[in-house]
Amino acid sequence: MNHDTYPTDYIRGILQNVKVIAMVGASSNEVRPSNLVMKYFQGKGYEVIPVNPVLAGQTLLGQMAYAALKDIPKPVDMVDVFRTSVAAGPIVDEALALNPKPSVIWMQLGVRDDEAALRAEAAGVKVVMNRCPKMEYGKLSGEWAWVGGNSGIISSRKQHMHESGKLQSLGLGAKHTKG
Amino acid sequence: MTDKIPGFDTLAIHAGAAPDPATGARVTPIYQTTAFVFEDVKHAADLFALKAFGNIYTRIMNPTQAVLEAKVAALEGGTAALAVASGHAAQALIFHTMMQPGDEFVAVRQLYGGSINQFNHSFKSFGWHVVWADAEDMNSIEKALSPKTKAIFIESIANPGGRITDIAAVSKIAKKAGVPLIVDNTLATPYLCKPIEHGANIVVHSLTKFMGGHGNSMGGAIVDAGNFDWGKSGRYPLLSEPNESYHGMKFYETFGGIAFAIAARVLGLRDLGPSISPQNAFYILTGMETLGLRMQRHCDNALKVAEWLSQNPKVAWVNYAGLPGDAHHALHKKYAPRGAGAVFTFGLKGGYEAGVKVVSSVKLLSHLANVGDTRSLIIHPASTTHSQLTPDQLKKAGATPDVVRLSIGIEDVEDIIADLEQAIG
Repeated sequence: MNHDTYPTDYIRGILQNVKVIAMVGASSNEVRPSNLVMKYFQGKGYEVIPVNPVLAGQTLLGQMAYAALKDIPKPVDMVDVFRTSVAAGPIVDEALALNPKPSVIWMQLGVRDDEAALRAEAAGVKVVMNRCPKMEYGKLSGEWAWVGGNSGIISSRKQHMHESGKLQSLGLGAKHTKG
Repeated sequence: MTDKIPGFDTLAIHAGAAPDPATGARVTPIYQTTAFVFEDVKHAADLFALKAFGNIYTRIMNPTQAVLEAKVAALEGGTAALAVASGHAAQALIFHTMMQPGDEFVAVRQLYGGSINQFNHSFKSFGWHVVWADAEDMNSIEKALSPKTKAIFIESIANPGGRITDIAAVSKIAKKAGVPLIVDNTLATPYLCKPIEHGANIVVHSLTKFMGGHGNSMGGAIVDAGNFDWGKSGRYPLLSEPNESYHGMKFYETFGGIAFAIAARVLGLRDLGPSISPQNAFYILTGMETLGLRMQRHCDNALKVAEWLSQNPKVAWVNYAGLPGDAHHALHKKYAPRGAGAVFTFGLKGGYEAGVKVVSSVKLLSHLANVGDTRSLIIHPASTTHSQLTPDQLKKAGATPDVVRLSIGIEDVEDIIADLEQAIG
């Protein structure tokens, strides 16, 4: 996988298929990006499990926080790495040691470790680096344009209201068939 | 996203403008409403705290305006845009977002007269000080820099002189100084020139001109290129420091490549208030769908008119970068190869009186203070748009008393030339 650019359908497929996201580096500070992203994904119907040793045993946005990925008592579909590039490699290894493995490892905007990405891909895990999943969700759903954002996507198909039926909430529509 | 980027005309029609999710309406609806209901109090709180995307109040954002913003951002190759009431409003918000009282910015003298006024007079009362330089002389720009400089401001194609600015050369100076380069791209439009490709960090538009193109609606836009590090120097506190009115949120940390566009909206537009009306946003959107077609015709017509004028014995000179002998011809070929724009100046051998006679005698061209209309327009800058400038400023702005400015429309060019012929006499 070339990690400089990603096909739209690759990102869309990931965001349509994952349900449980472990967020490593989730912050309890309400104005930090990790907290904002966690809250946004909860609003889109994902289960987001915070991973942060400082918060272990406490709840964050209604979810129990854990010290490490291995402490999470259920399988996760995606690990979102909200740490620095230096910290990313060991977190990827911890994610790959999970049983079952997550199907996706996502490193935040500004976070990239190509060697770790190769290890994950060799283990059959999809990787996204240097992207923010909230921004990507916004681009794919159309919400990005609400703040004048250039999504790079044009479409003659109607945008999808989010399945929650909430006001001013767009979704990603029906899942692609697996394959 | 990486899939093939559509061509310019495809983007002009489709960018930002997917069918309406609520109704399926194919053309962007005019959301003529001041406010939007909340799902519940939690939703309201999240919207106000910028924790959710969404509309609250049309002073800050509106769905019709949003389509316009996304389209302008896509055409310029920026990360995001903000549409406002006018080009002047756009400029005020740009500087509000990056300047503190006592700060300076460098602007070249070859600017629209309205910008010169705004910078010299109104900005002074905010404590924002313009330092003038010469677009023809890169040394003058470097010399104008000081530790207080926060930005450099130029026009891609200058109004009214028809000059084209060496954007990449100015960008080099800006990069070295660690300040953003702001480019007013009103007269070129992204069809002719994309300043971001040449190093611009912020692009500003009067959408009232060629972008809307039909002389019916006021609007302005700020385009965020997403390529400037607002956190590095600590000199842009509105972007890098915790903001009290958003519970300590840091805009650059939170919004990264669209931080400038977001801050200009939720701080500048929120507090100063120059919002675009949904109706005007709609008219401009409709105009923009044909931007490529119109600009090419504008430029083709302008070149023919300039060629005709340059051979007229009563014409002293023609300033049009599209003419092979023009001083800015090489810059035109580099920065705007599809055309040198449609606004340019010429002088009559009869000087001031002859210029006044032409603007008084035209029957097809309209004598008015605007540019970038489907209709051909004519004006005498020294007595109108630039009349508040001193003789020295007039000269430096390329608006000496004999200057007549044309904004060539998309009528049949033979008719435009025939009208000028009878008016010049």
